[in-house]
Amino acid sequence: MAATVDARGLSCPQPVILTINEIKSGTDPEIIVLVDTETSQENVSRAAVSHGCTVSEVMQDNEGYRIIIKKEK
Amino acid sequence: MIKKNVFATRWGIIAVGALIGVLAPLLQKMGNPGNMGICVACFERDIAGAIGFHQAKVVQYVRPEIIGFVLGSLVAAYLFKEFRPRLGSSPIVRFFLGVFAMIGALVFLGCPWRALLRLAGGDFNAILGIAGLIFGIWIGTLFLKKGYNLGRTHSANPVSGWMLPLMMGGLLVLVLIFPQIQGEAKNGVLNYSLKGPGSMHAPLIISILAGLAIGFLAQRSRFCTMGAFRDLILFRQIHLFSGLLALLVVAAVTNVILNQFKPGFEGQPVAHTLHIWNFIGMALSGLCFVLAGGCPGRQLFLSGEGDGDAAIFVLGMLVGAGFAHNFSLASSPKGLGTYAIPAVITGFVFCFLVAFMMTKKKA
Repeated sequence: MAATVDARGLSCPQPVILTINEIKSGTDPEIIVLVDTETSQENVSRAAVSHGCTVSEVMQDNEGYRIIIKKEK
Repeated sequence: MIKKNVFATRWGIIAVGALIGVLAPLLQKMGNPGNMGICVACFERDIAGAIGFHQAKVVQYVRPEIIGFVLGSLVAAYLFKEFRPRLGSSPIVRFFLGVFAMIGALVFLGCPWRALLRLAGGDFNAILGIAGLIFGIWIGTLFLKKGYNLGRTHSANPVSGWMLPLMMGGLLVLVLIFPQIQGEAKNGVLNYSLKGPGSMHAPLIISILAGLAIGFLAQRSRFCTMGAFRDLILFRQIHLFSGLLALLVVAAVTNVILNQFKPGFEGQPVAHTLHIWNFIGMALSGLCFVLAGGCPGRQLFLSGEGDGDAAIFVLGMLVGAGFAHNFSLASSPKGLGTYAIPAVITGFVFCFLVAFMMTKKKA
């Protein structure tokens, strides 16, 4: 299962805070984060890596970005 | 897969901080006021004076750097397909955060950039300002941790995103139609200081080019002085902080080379030695910046990439500059403005009201 964090339209540092909360407290091994700016995409990806996760994919569409984060076991 | 943005890397942000660290002292060398090669708050205040929002004769000049910041960011945003018109995250609250951010900054006499540049020029009063800035940001992070936010934006018509860039373009047109005339305090609709900091400026073309270059690169790197401390406090993350540190170190070295480094507390340019008020003024600003999500420079760069809420914060700062000088809230080298203390208290009351009301309990 994958948890989804919808951070679209939220400004700094909310997307990062929501992502880190999910990494720390969520149980799903995979997290999908939705953001709408390149800046948030970079910040979320950077935060995920610094919390020991891997960013397996970043997809862009008209709505923004979909970041797929895989938690370490 | 997404292209890698080189300026969003550690070395990218360090390079941008270092570039600002070189350009600001050089702009000072070429005419900008002391330890004020670039100051977003002071320069917006000068613009407010130039268009008559206040009548403080010594601080009236349309600062081309500010115009350059917004337009440079606009160009970068379009070039890299990041222009995204958006609006609607509590704009009126952001407006007043801008107003009080400016009032706090003018009690200290500088924005975070200038706080760093003052320290890099040997003005040790800036240490109190920076400490206050960090304190204000720290208060803000307590609310952020509890879920403070101003709500989501939604996408808007491009014309909403163009508003602040168009206004900046309009100011540039006014400067070209009504250029400064030697010895004249006014040309057409624009005021020009004959003495004081407003009369000190680098040549127009150099100021605008420096502004464009910084605006372009800061948009790419997301340089933000408030974010630097916030991310350090909140996430122990040093990414933005490394850019800030680069600015400070490079500006200090450049000042030493240019013989602009004058260490001490007394007699510093456009500064006062009221330690407590340097601290408290910047603490108020820091709190406003963190609640609004960016330092004054960052708000300009965000405005350039289509963020209408950031643009409203900028307008709040311009109006705040009007209040600051019309109501005698702004400091001067002689000391505090007559009504500075009640204004600062009002600012803190306002910030705490916003912070408490906008903090959601975690689900």
